[in-house]
Amino acid sequence: MTAVDERTTGETPQLEVGAARHRKEDQRLITGRTRWTDNMSLPGMLHMAMVRSPFAHARISSVDVDEAKRSPGVVAVITGSDLADVQGTLPNVWTITPEQKTPAHPSIAVDTVRFAGEIVACVVARTPAAARDAVELVDVDYDELPVVLDTVEALKDETLIHPDIGTNQSAHLVMDHQTESSVGDVDAVIEAARTDGIVFERRYEQQRLIPSFMEPRSMICDPTGEQTVLWSSTQIPHILRVLLAMSLGIPESKLRVIAPDVGGGFGGKLQVTPEEFITVLVARRLGKPCKYTETRSESLMAAHHGRAQHQKITLAARKDGTVTGLKAELIADMGAYLSLLGGGTPKLGAFMFNGIYKFDAYRFDLRTVFTNTAWTDAYRGAGRPEATFAIERIMDDFAHELGMDPLELRAKNWITHEEFPFTSVAGLEYDSGNYEAATAKAKELFGYDELRREQERRRADNDQVQLGIGVSTFTEMCGLAPSRTLGALAYAAGGWEHASIRMLPTGTVEVVTGVTPHGQGHETAWSQIVADRLGVPFENVEVLHGDTQIAHKGLDTYGSRSLVVGGIAVVKAVEKVIEKATVVAAHMLEASPGDIEFAEGRFSVRGTDQSKTLAEVAWAAFDAHDLPDGVEPSLDADAAFDPDTFSYPHGTHLCAVDVDTETGEVTIAKYVCVDDIGKVINPMIVEGQVHGGLVQGISQALFEEAVYDESGTLVTGSFVDYLVPSAPDLPHLTTDRTETPATTNELGVKGVGEAGTIASTPAVVNAVVDALRPWGVDDVPMPCSPHRVWQAVQGRSVGERTVTQPVNPETMQTDGSSGQLPTGDATGGDDR
Amino acid sequence: MIPTEFDYHAPESVDEALRLLAGAGDEAKLLAGGQSLLPVMRLRMAAPEVVIDLGRIEALRGVRDDGESIVIGAMTPHFEVVESALVHEHALVLSEAAATVADPQVRHRGTFGGALAHADPAGDMPAPVLALGGELVIQGPGGQRTVAAADFFEDYFTTALGEDEILTEIRIPKHTGWGGHYEKFTRVAQQWSIVAVAAAVRAEGGSITEARVALTNMGSVPIRATAVEQALAGTPADADSVRAAVAAVAEGTSPPSDINGDADYRRHLAAVLTRRAVLAASGA
Amino acid sequence: MSVKPWRRRVGEFMSRISVTVDGVSYQDDVEPRTLLVHYLREQLGKTGTVVGCDTSNCGACTVHLDGRSVKSCSLLAVQTDGHEVTTIEGLSTDGELHPMQKAFHENHALQCGFCTPGMIMQSIDFVQDNPSPSDEEVRHGLEGNLCRCTGYQNIVKAVQAAASATAAGTEGGAR
Repeated sequence: MTAVDERTTGETPQLEVGAARHRKEDQRLITGRTRWTDNMSLPGMLHMAMVRSPFAHARISSVDVDEAKRSPGVVAVITGSDLADVQGTLPNVWTITPEQKTPAHPSIAVDTVRFAGEIVACVVARTPAAARDAVELVDVDYDELPVVLDTVEALKDETLIHPDIGTNQSAHLVMDHQTESSVGDVDAVIEAARTDGIVFERRYEQQRLIPSFMEPRSMICDPTGEQTVLWSSTQIPHILRVLLAMSLGIPESKLRVIAPDVGGGFGGKLQVTPEEFITVLVARRLGKPCKYTETRSESLMAAHHGRAQHQKITLAARKDGTVTGLKAELIADMGAYLSLLGGGTPKLGAFMFNGIYKFDAYRFDLRTVFTNTAWTDAYRGAGRPEATFAIERIMDDFAHELGMDPLELRAKNWITHEEFPFTSVAGLEYDSGNYEAATAKAKELFGYDELRREQERRRADNDQVQLGIGVSTFTEMCGLAPSRTLGALAYAAGGWEHASIRMLPTGTVEVVTGVTPHGQGHETAWSQIVADRLGVPFENVEVLHGDTQIAHKGLDTYGSRSLVVGGIAVVKAVEKVIEKATVVAAHMLEASPGDIEFAEGRFSVRGTDQSKTLAEVAWAAFDAHDLPDGVEPSLDADAAFDPDTFSYPHGTHLCAVDVDTETGEVTIAKYVCVDDIGKVINPMIVEGQVHGGLVQGISQALFEEAVYDESGTLVTGSFVDYLVPSAPDLPHLTTDRTETPATTNELGVKGVGEAGTIASTPAVVNAVVDALRPWGVDDVPMPCSPHRVWQAVQGRSVGERTVTQPVNPETMQTDGSSGQLPTGDATGGDDR
Repeated sequence: MIPTEFDYHAPESVDEALRLLAGAGDEAKLLAGGQSLLPVMRLRMAAPEVVIDLGRIEALRGVRDDGESIVIGAMTPHFEVVESALVHEHALVLSEAAATVADPQVRHRGTFGGALAHADPAGDMPAPVLALGGELVIQGPGGQRTVAAADFFEDYFTTALGEDEILTEIRIPKHTGWGGHYEKFTRVAQQWSIVAVAAAVRAEGGSITEARVALTNMGSVPIRATAVEQALAGTPADADSVRAAVAAVAEGTSPPSDINGDADYRRHLAAVLTRRAVLAASGA
Repeated sequence: MSVKPWRRRVGEFMSRISVTVDGVSYQDDVEPRTLLVHYLREQLGKTGTVVGCDTSNCGACTVHLDGRSVKSCSLLAVQTDGHEVTTIEGLSTDGELHPMQKAFHENHALQCGFCTPGMIMQSIDFVQDNPSPSDEEVRHGLEGNLCRCTGYQNIVKAVQAAASATAAGTEGGAR
């Protein structure tokens, strides 16, 4: 990959798309001229600090704010009772079953707190220090209630988190699928396999994770103008505006939301938060701009967490290893309240447990459950990492059971490249892919056969450091999402995206996009797309985003959707500009529009040397002295694009680990991935996305876990204990690509933001388990800490979990021989 | 987050610091490098009313040769300990351990004496000082006294240092010609030690003649492994012999159990890490 | 016996300091509890230096104090009295980017950019002592800085590129 330097204009045109352009957004970021929300100050601005519950479950008997109000610099202290009539409830937009229980979620707790960290009062003062000082003077009396931290325990309904809904189960969703050739539903397929095949069961744990974006959340509300303005370090300014309006009863036209520079999100800023609601309500009440910036401790405690799922997977196969049926039974921890997407996040996995394989029958069975823990929602991959982990782990385990090479087992079962487009058992049409090609390339880069020989050698030598090799051949659904599909899945909004092109009179261009980058490099990539299509220099394209007053329509950035949906909207808008400009150019050239060709920024009359540049046409549209009758004096165009389908990146990831059997320490010796994300706009940015994604997935496998103690206090409440790895903890990564263009969009692109995270976790854990196979080990719970790996080597139970994820011996036993889920009939859901 | 309010003094001599300390009593905290104190003050887990910053007392900084010992000023930052040729020559294990403290920025500010006085059981400075038989020089209203490292660490975050006293320097008997190694076990690089072992070894002709071993985070205070030291004396510097000699290193210890590992695991680690530290220190 | 509090007392809990930041001298009254990073951001308006955590783990607030990297969240502003501080905003001279800034840009060593000021400041400190570092040495040199976006690989590449660019520049100058 070669980096292209700033090019002078006027040379032989070279395509921008595909070039490793250095990012335009870097200049301010490398010089410290950034606009993080917390960097901003407004005249008369007040500062807020939150009083948070130290208890995971308690009734609030009284809140005494008198002393805090008398503290120097304090302007106001606001409690839940103060806001009870106006704060409404925080929104959940995904009712995953018609019967879903969605309890109210006040921004400031009024009578009960349900997780440690929940806000019980808010102090407003002239300085951040004064606000912080007064927090300690707010005297809250709590009556502690019993605490339920695990979903299996919660399903017993002995202690209710929300007594008003009468149960801790929010929803039970069952989706059943079978192909035409199947002998029946998944139960029939499993039954058939029991008599004449193999049935293989496994239980896996998705530990609770914390997204840990580097910029703590910050927000400022200015209520002093006609429009109330909210700056927030959010991924979703547009969605936030709609929901603020709907939830707080403020006319949408009176609200403006701005996401300025945003320091990472990874799903963690895909939320409508209590802090944002409180900032808006308090600022409007006081009539003064108010700012709230969380501390890291607050962020870890109260910004939403991710994953947190018990999985029971049943695989049916023929004796030769051909898989036939798959059942995924899940219990997902929602935390204390349903978040914005709530049960929708695990539901996003519903289509992906079957992965790249050809099953006859498949059932997805999901229970969403409340506990006295921080709420959960999207974290990079959202639903799909959980699914990919389960299928890729069980394929490795199954290969071992059969005595087959794990890649051979996969090849036996995956969709071959001739079979595309292929409708998966879950009903998705995979448009394109070539699993064979990606796998062959990855094997070669990795030196697969040689490493297998090395592994044999170390096993034979009884080497203290054993080698493990892990495989993950994944696909994912990207480009959230076709609006009709979202409608069918009962999500409250659509999944289209919007873009505008503004042709400025002097020939430069403004691109307005409805997606909201927070590190992804959209300004650069969008400029490359538009530069090629309009034939203008890269430098002459300006990309505007993240402010509802400028980018007035949009559905923001998550789910690897920006390019696949938002980028296509840009293309559509460009096409409209060219169409409009062609009419004006034809008039200028005294030709018929049908005779005009547009290439490299120039409109020419076919078969002549007569032409006008786009800039000349833009000026003509601006001065409007001589436009054809009925033609508006503007080349600007808007487009909203709604995809027909998802896109399906895929790839093969291979990981080699050294496992020190003496200490349990795991070191990644080699990591190779070959991803197929279709066409690439900027290979440098793509590589960066893959690196970062891989590391977050590796980190789930080896380092990260949010742990509560038995009283519901977050033990991993700072970066001292919540282990985000730094540079020396990570390996050099070898990344490469194959390129099978998507057939479902004009750019041939598939999305890349989440691929690395989705694929890498099972590759690493498979490698760890593979190293320990000689010890009879078939699972190590994540994160595969040295302690757990050592326990596995010692032959001790490694099912011993932290209190967030205990394995209940009666209901979630690890041998899987009985395994009925604790309540209800696992096959009888309420949403068939 | 912001610490609570406090009054700040930055004396330029030890005497002045002692007077300030006497005046403020138990409301005062001494600020050395601040790399542990300031974070806990930010989290409001400590809220002293008076902070006495020792950072302007030049006399407390630096490493000097004092014949039989090297003397390290309490306010010498970790990175100067790492870079000191004297420490490297005469107390190699200390040099190695200092290089593992936290991260480069913290090593630029954090101080040797501050780390000892803080007495975090997972801190990396106490064990090597204990292994090398260091002595801590303390100034108080009644003058100067010297406390052996073995008597200095009393409990979690608790030392023999009185409320009106200041740790001024640390004397480390020279271990010239000894090998040294600090074997630290963590899950991520910037983590506190789960367990660590400081070993200093004098080896001749492939045999260990003398050894000094101390353990980090195997209890409320650093632990000197004297029985293991005795077992190592005269042992060939090879893996099997050393393994046998150090096998009982964790006997009688009460290490913590936490999210990074239970006590059994730590005891097991202690033996493995001791073997590795001793072998590395003996150049094997 | 006279025990003088540090510097002139301006009011209760206030001290006066003189500090040079990015080449400019300032005299300011600060509360003793003011952290250096808050002084930089709130009193001097130097918001290029950011706060990412409250336990000194993340390194986002890294600046140079008398030429050595320190975490400005674990330092009181009063402690910098009489000293010199350099932040990310003081690196470029006459509009020329520092070689490390340039290398971060050219090697795509940043995505969201929040950790970048601290990462660049630590990297500059690191290459002062290690003019031609290996991959592993760079990684260890940056152990006190967290990045959640890049996976560090391009950061390592950038630091090595800046180190060799600086070395080449020095040689060129010597000729």
